[in-house]
Amino acid sequence: MDLNLSEEQQQLVDTFASLYAKESTGERVRAVEATGFDPALWERLVETGVLEMAVDEASGGWGATLLDLSLVAEQHGRHLGSAPLIETQVAARLLARAAGGPALALLERALAGTELVTFALHQPSDGVLRLVPAGAVADTVVFFDDGRLLSAESRGAATAVANLGALPVADVALGAPTELAAGALAAESYQSAVDDWLALMAGALTGLARRAVEIGVDYVKERHAFGVLIGSFQAVAHGLADAATAVDGAELLSREAAWSAGEEAGRFRELAALAFGFSTDTARSSSYASLHYHGGYGFMMEYDIQLYYRRAKAWPAQFGEPATAFARAEGRRLGMEVR
Amino acid sequence: MDFRLGERSDAFRAEVREFLDEALTDEVRDTIHRTGVHHNWDFHRAVVDKGWLAPGWPVEDGGQGRDPMEMIALSEEFQKAAAPTYGVGTTLMVANVVRHIGTEEQKRRFVAPALRGEIIMVLGFTEPECGSDVAAAQTRAVRDGDEWIINGSKMFTTNAQEADYAFMLTRTNPDVAKHKGLTTFIVPLRQEGVEIRPVYTLSGERTNLTFYNEVRVDDSMRIGEVDGGWDVMTLILTFERTGAQGGWSAALLEAMERWAMGAGGAAVPAEDPVVRSRLGRAAAEIEVARLLARRCAWMQAAGKLPGVEGSMAKLFASEAVTRQAGDMVDLLGPDGIRSQGDPTAPAGGAADYAFRFALGTTTYGGTSEIQRGVIAQRGLGLPRPR
Repeated sequence: MDLNLSEEQQQLVDTFASLYAKESTGERVRAVEATGFDPALWERLVETGVLEMAVDEASGGWGATLLDLSLVAEQHGRHLGSAPLIETQVAARLLARAAGGPALALLERALAGTELVTFALHQPSDGVLRLVPAGAVADTVVFFDDGRLLSAESRGAATAVANLGALPVADVALGAPTELAAGALAAESYQSAVDDWLALMAGALTGLARRAVEIGVDYVKERHAFGVLIGSFQAVAHGLADAATAVDGAELLSREAAWSAGEEAGRFRELAALAFGFSTDTARSSSYASLHYHGGYGFMMEYDIQLYYRRAKAWPAQFGEPATAFARAEGRRLGMEVR
Repeated sequence: MDFRLGERSDAFRAEVREFLDEALTDEVRDTIHRTGVHHNWDFHRAVVDKGWLAPGWPVEDGGQGRDPMEMIALSEEFQKAAAPTYGVGTTLMVANVVRHIGTEEQKRRFVAPALRGEIIMVLGFTEPECGSDVAAAQTRAVRDGDEWIINGSKMFTTNAQEADYAFMLTRTNPDVAKHKGLTTFIVPLRQEGVEIRPVYTLSGERTNLTFYNEVRVDDSMRIGEVDGGWDVMTLILTFERTGAQGGWSAALLEAMERWAMGAGGAAVPAEDPVVRSRLGRAAAEIEVARLLARRCAWMQAAGKLPGVEGSMAKLFASEAVTRQAGDMVDLLGPDGIRSQGDPTAPAGGAADYAFRFALGTTTYGGTSEIQRGVIAQRGLGLPRPR
């Protein structure tokens, strides 16, 4: 067992930590809340290679591991990145897996930066893909429908949706989709993409939760009430101790899930959904605790903690509630075919 | 990063599983369940025969020199199998103290026979009037020449009725600050003046309230310095907090998963996503509990002492099993209240048993509140409560 990051991984984390610290400050996050998209941040992320990282050398990428991507996602969550990091990485990995002419051509355009390609977590209903992650800023969306893996234009077909988490989500009306894959390959690669998204979102939520706890801890070390620092009240301190414990647990589990993708593939599908469910619960409970210990100030838009609290609810909701992920994981534990 | 425990640990785990399959006979399990005594001499001797009373100690001290990753595997398997290890555990803890700070004579007298499985030793820290505040112990020890006379009482002296000795925290100086007037002794239990009164607990486990009336012990039974008992207690705390976590939960989940797949009849409850989601939530918490505990073993293997990390592991696992046990009883519907031991109980009564058993885990070895205090102050740097 080795829970230390490798030297390369530590460098990766440092690189993205400083990128986000500069390009995703509280002011920047607030400034783009209307669209949920910060073009300058996105440009910097693409320059730094977030898309190439996601796919292997044979597909034109660098072949980073899912654990590497998860470590970057932790920084994304920690700094509330207003950019479509996870969905575009998942889309790129999906296109590489699906192989075939149209998929690889689309992947090439995605890596070249000429098309922003996103991924829909849910199948369409009545010709509409609902709440597509980054649908409001994407050119193309890859999705699964009726046994086939398809792509469709998002630009011009998307209606942005105002939402709790200031996400660039949109409902996308489907035009004439292009088939990328069919049969077992389509179903298998789509399920793998959902698992990738769950694992990476778990990483992002872990980073978000860790920062939310830090904000709360800093606040209760400064704020006085009844003549003492409020951090000396057990009612406050114990809530933060529970939150800090859950965050450590969520970090271990989300890293284990991402690690397993490459090292213990038989457990990945189970662990990705478990990590997503647990990180979701943790991000929500810890950002709630932190916000609440701010007293009335936590309710004010001026304080950063509300940014975390809203996203902790909204980001994972793009997939669904934690119970859905836990049922998915348990289905895999029990060897049941569950979709 | 690597989340594998390693080949040596995996090989040892396989050996431990094989041993448990053989040693934990139905007869042993029935006896434990019937008597509530989580010590079994046959099992104890089988553990000793394997050399697994103190396998983590160096070979020259009578151990097997196994590393922390092997030890966590052993601990996980014993916990999941609900092996009767209370006697093993407390005996080892006392022997470990003696190994570190005892005299040569004390080592011959207590460590060697303990490793041979000839004696067992229990803990006498908690008292009727003090639990978490262990330094508030009131049991008195007064010097009388080469002897000490002990008067007082100890609570939760589990296995005292089976044991040869109790490792006791006593007050030797009532006139100084509470941490500074304590002394520890190894007190023979089979002697005049010791009264052992059984106490039955929620899980059916038997423990004891023990009384000490003019009990005499020789000064050679004193461990550590006079009035230096708190140093001894601090040493013991460094031995704790490094065991497996999540094993009880894992046993409960396995039983519930068999039920969910239709072990009890024609229906397959797992076809209902609500059932799956509740089992899945438990599976997530179990994985987290396991990882938090394994992190402590990993730190130990790297020569570090897990403090806050140990508190997190203990806090999380014990609160989680308490939550899960309640949820699993509910999940079984009205049948959830059928008790373990009743032939009609679903999932072998595992949920009912866990529901009773779990509450103990949030208390012993430091309550959840104690652990949260450690995490808040030492981990997060929050000010001490006034």
